[in-house]
Amino acid sequence: MVCVLGGFPALAGADLDLHANEVAWLRGPNGAGKTTLLRLLAGLGAMRRGRAEVLGADLSVLGDRRWLRGQVGLLGHATFLYEDLTVGQNLEFWAGLHRADPVDVEAAARRFGLDGRLGDVPVGSLSAGQRRRTSLAVLVARRPRLWLLDEPHAGLDAEGRAMVDRLIADASGAGATVVVASHDADHMPAVADRTLDVIGGTVTEAGAS
Amino acid sequence: MIAAVAGDAARIVAKDLRIERATGVITTQILPFGIVMLLLFGFGVDPALQVRGGDRSVLAEVAPGLFWITVLLALLLVVGRAFAVESDDGSLDALLVAGVHPAAILGGKAVVVAAELVVLELVVGAGAVLMFDVTIGDPLHLVVVMVSTTVALAGAGTLFLAVVAGQRGRDTLGPLLVLPAMAPVLIGATAAAGDALYGAGSGGIAWTWALVAFALLYSVAGIVGAGALLEDV
Repeated sequence: MVCVLGGFPALAGADLDLHANEVAWLRGPNGAGKTTLLRLLAGLGAMRRGRAEVLGADLSVLGDRRWLRGQVGLLGHATFLYEDLTVGQNLEFWAGLHRADPVDVEAAARRFGLDGRLGDVPVGSLSAGQRRRTSLAVLVARRPRLWLLDEPHAGLDAEGRAMVDRLIADASGAGATVVVASHDADHMPAVADRTLDVIGGTVTEAGAS
Repeated sequence: MIAAVAGDAARIVAKDLRIERATGVITTQILPFGIVMLLLFGFGVDPALQVRGGDRSVLAEVAPGLFWITVLLALLLVVGRAFAVESDDGSLDALLVAGVHPAAILGGKAVVVAAELVVLELVVGAGAVLMFDVTIGDPLHLVVVMVSTTVALAGAGTLFLAVVAGQRGRDTLGPLLVLPAMAPVLIGATAAAGDALYGAGSGGIAWTWALVAFALLYSVAGIVGAGALLEDV
C-alpha cells in the first residue's frame, strides 16, 4: 500500500498480514510512517496505490472504509476527550456513539478507576495519565475487533503501564488483533507476538519476538 | 442509515449544548459581542439624524443591514468555536473512527450554530428595537426572514469553515472564505428584513424566497459535501 501526504509518500511499500489474537509491535524512528499506517488501518487515510483489506473492508473503497471505522478502536497521541465535559459525560457521549452496552461502560469505568469521584471531574482538570485512562476506558467499552494503539504507555505510571499490558493481553485473548506503535524497546518485546520494522515508509517483518 | 445519521447528529448537538452550558461562551462572549457591535453602530451614526423626506432616523433605516452584519460577524465566532471544540484534541478523527457519518457531524454542528444564532438574534434584535427605534410592520414576514437567513448562515458557515477546520491559519482563512460567500445572503436578508419592518417594497418578498432557496441549497450542499470536506478521500 502507498499513502501520500503533502506530495510525499508517507508510506511507500507496506506489505503485511495481521491475524486475530495477535499483538503486532510497530517500531521505527519518528516520521517513519507508523502513525500513517495506523490511520490507514483505521480507515482514516486514503490509499493511493496498492491493495489492502482490513476486516474484509477494501481500503480503496470509501464506503468500506466508513464501515471499517465502526469496527476499530484507534488511540493516537491525542486523547479525543472534551476538556469542558466531565469524565462521566465524555464516557456517556462516546459510548452512545459506539452503541456500547451500558454494562460494558460501567465495567470499563470501574476497571480504570473512573467510577468514583473522578467521574464528576472535568477532563480539563485531569492529569495526562488520568486522561489516558479515560480514553482507554472508552476503547474498552467499545470492544473493537482491531485495536490500533499509538504509544499507549506514554504518560502513564508503572501501574497504568501494567494496566495497558493487561488490556492488550485481554483484547488479543478475546480474539481481537492489536497493533501497537511504540518507541518502548524495553517494554514491548514482552507484550508483542510480532515485531514489524517501519523505516522510511516501508514495513518489514523483524521476526518473532 | 438516515435514522443512524440523525441519531448521531442529535448526540453531537446534545454534547455541544452541554459544553456551551459548562463554558457559557454564548452568554459571556458572543452576546456581549453583539451588544457592543450595536453600541458602536450607534456611536458611528448619529441617532438624531433623520432620513431626508422621511419620518425615520437614518439608524432605524439602516438597522436591518447593521443587524445582519452583526449576526454575520458573530457567525464567524460561533462556527469557529464549534470546530475548535473538535480539533483541540483529535476529536474530529475520533468521531469518524466511531463510525459517525460526516453528514451527521456537519449537520449536528449546523443545528448548534443555528440555535446559538437564534439566541443572538433575539437579544440583538431586541437591542436594535430599543436603541435604534425600529418598528416591526409585518412580524410574520420578519420571522420567515430570520428563520431562513439563520438556516442559510448556519449551513453555509458550517460548510465553509469545515474546509479549514483543523488547519493552520484557520482563524484568518475562515473569514476570507465565509464573508464573500455570504454576500448574497446579507444583501437578501437586509432587503427582506427592510420589507418586513417598513414595507419598503425593494423586492423584499423576492429576496425572502431567495433566502429560503439559499437555506435549502446550503443544507443540501452540507449533507452531500460533508464527506469530501471531513474525510481523506
